[in-house]
Amino acid sequence: MREISSEIITGNIAEMCIEANHYLTPDMKDALERAGEKEVSPVGKKILSQLKENLKIAGDDTIPICQDTGMAVVFVSVGQDVHITGGSLSDAINEGVRKGYTEGYLRKSVVSDPLERVNTGDNTPAVIHYDIVPGDRIKITIAPKGFGSENMSRIFMLKPAEGIEGVKNAVLTAVNDAGPNACPPMVVGVGIGGTFEKAAQLSKEALLRPAGSHSDLPHIKELEDELLERINKLGIGPGGLGGRVTALAVNVLTYPTHIAGLPVAVNICCHVNRHCIREI
Amino acid sequence: MDRKISMPLSKEDALALDYGDYVTLSGVIYTARDAAHKRMYEALNENKPLPVDIKGQTIYYMGPSPAREGRPIGSAGPTTASRMDKYAPQLLDLGLAGMIGKGKRTKEVKDAIVRNGAVYFAAVGGAGALLSKCIIKSEVVAYDDLGTEAIRRLEVRDFPVIVVIDSKGRDLYEESQKKYREE
Repeated sequence: MREISSEIITGNIAEMCIEANHYLTPDMKDALERAGEKEVSPVGKKILSQLKENLKIAGDDTIPICQDTGMAVVFVSVGQDVHITGGSLSDAINEGVRKGYTEGYLRKSVVSDPLERVNTGDNTPAVIHYDIVPGDRIKITIAPKGFGSENMSRIFMLKPAEGIEGVKNAVLTAVNDAGPNACPPMVVGVGIGGTFEKAAQLSKEALLRPAGSHSDLPHIKELEDELLERINKLGIGPGGLGGRVTALAVNVLTYPTHIAGLPVAVNICCHVNRHCIREI
Repeated sequence: MDRKISMPLSKEDALALDYGDYVTLSGVIYTARDAAHKRMYEALNENKPLPVDIKGQTIYYMGPSPAREGRPIGSAGPTTASRMDKYAPQLLDLGLAGMIGKGKRTKEVKDAIVRNGAVYFAAVGGAGALLSKCIIKSEVVAYDDLGTEAIRRLEVRDFPVIVVIDSKGRDLYEESQKKYREE
């Protein structure tokens, strides 16, 4: 049994919140770079160059890439041979979010009750997804999620008879309806299968897969390629002001499902597809 | 067409702007987003005055990240305008001259834009660091308790926006998507 103190968790989480909000991962930077080469619309090109400049300013001057520094979504894979000392793991994670968002000058965007809507003042609580895995390490992924794009995400409970065409229509409908609201060019995370909530979680996890990577399953890779091509024919373009680069990537994750169902969740992320991963 | 516009927006400028125009704004604008709009709406329903006189002014739908020491503001890009659609027509009828945000608006908002000769501008969504460089001063003028959602008076210099809905009700999002749609 390996012991990890809750203070170490808190410190790492705080740093990761700040890092994720100021620097994109290399795959996302590359995807934006490539987008500039593919775009044909003059307005689209101009917006893409502004987004590149924005990334540079964010990193050089330590200003968050986007003012919506998100609700902190945290994926934690806990090795079953790990023992957390000094308090609960969830408390340590929330303390890290509190510290990161306060000390890092990040926006506090969380309200304590969805109807009464009073700001909690420190961006807690986080949304935490736990997974127990073999080993004696903890892998933490922080993905601050802005709500311009989160609000445009959808879930469809399709009938099995609707098949792959139903899945394609669902994704294209969600992206087309999102349009300029979701700050395109977007990254589209798709979860197919499982149950209602499993599909939604898969779609969120799909956003973490590097832009430009593909599913190991040949038929899913083919689906990803086709969806990306068709999304980029919708004409939405950078900023929603017209163009051929509407999405930078379409990432699909699947899970076994019930004989009666075909759940499809579409989690849309803007071009600021932030995440930071550490293993402790 | 690239143009420099002084804020507050004059009636002449508002009527002369065409959808698709790139403009840079310099002068005073105000911020308000969800919670501030809800409060203004409630104040109007109770026949109370608004905390700022919005006549002839432009509202930027934005809630900034906190400013670091020595800087006027943190990251400061636009939020989705459609969440303010419920409140916007009433404010436009009271004389609001312009709105800055991102994303589509309802027919009710477009009708109110045309009725009042107003303008809806879009700033680049997700470019909050870049846009913060065009804000030279920021002060909270109302609803301080709302934190990032308080109403702020901003002084901006060469703040880049594009006219998305002009005073004639023409909508750039609809036109530009059609132009590049391939199926």
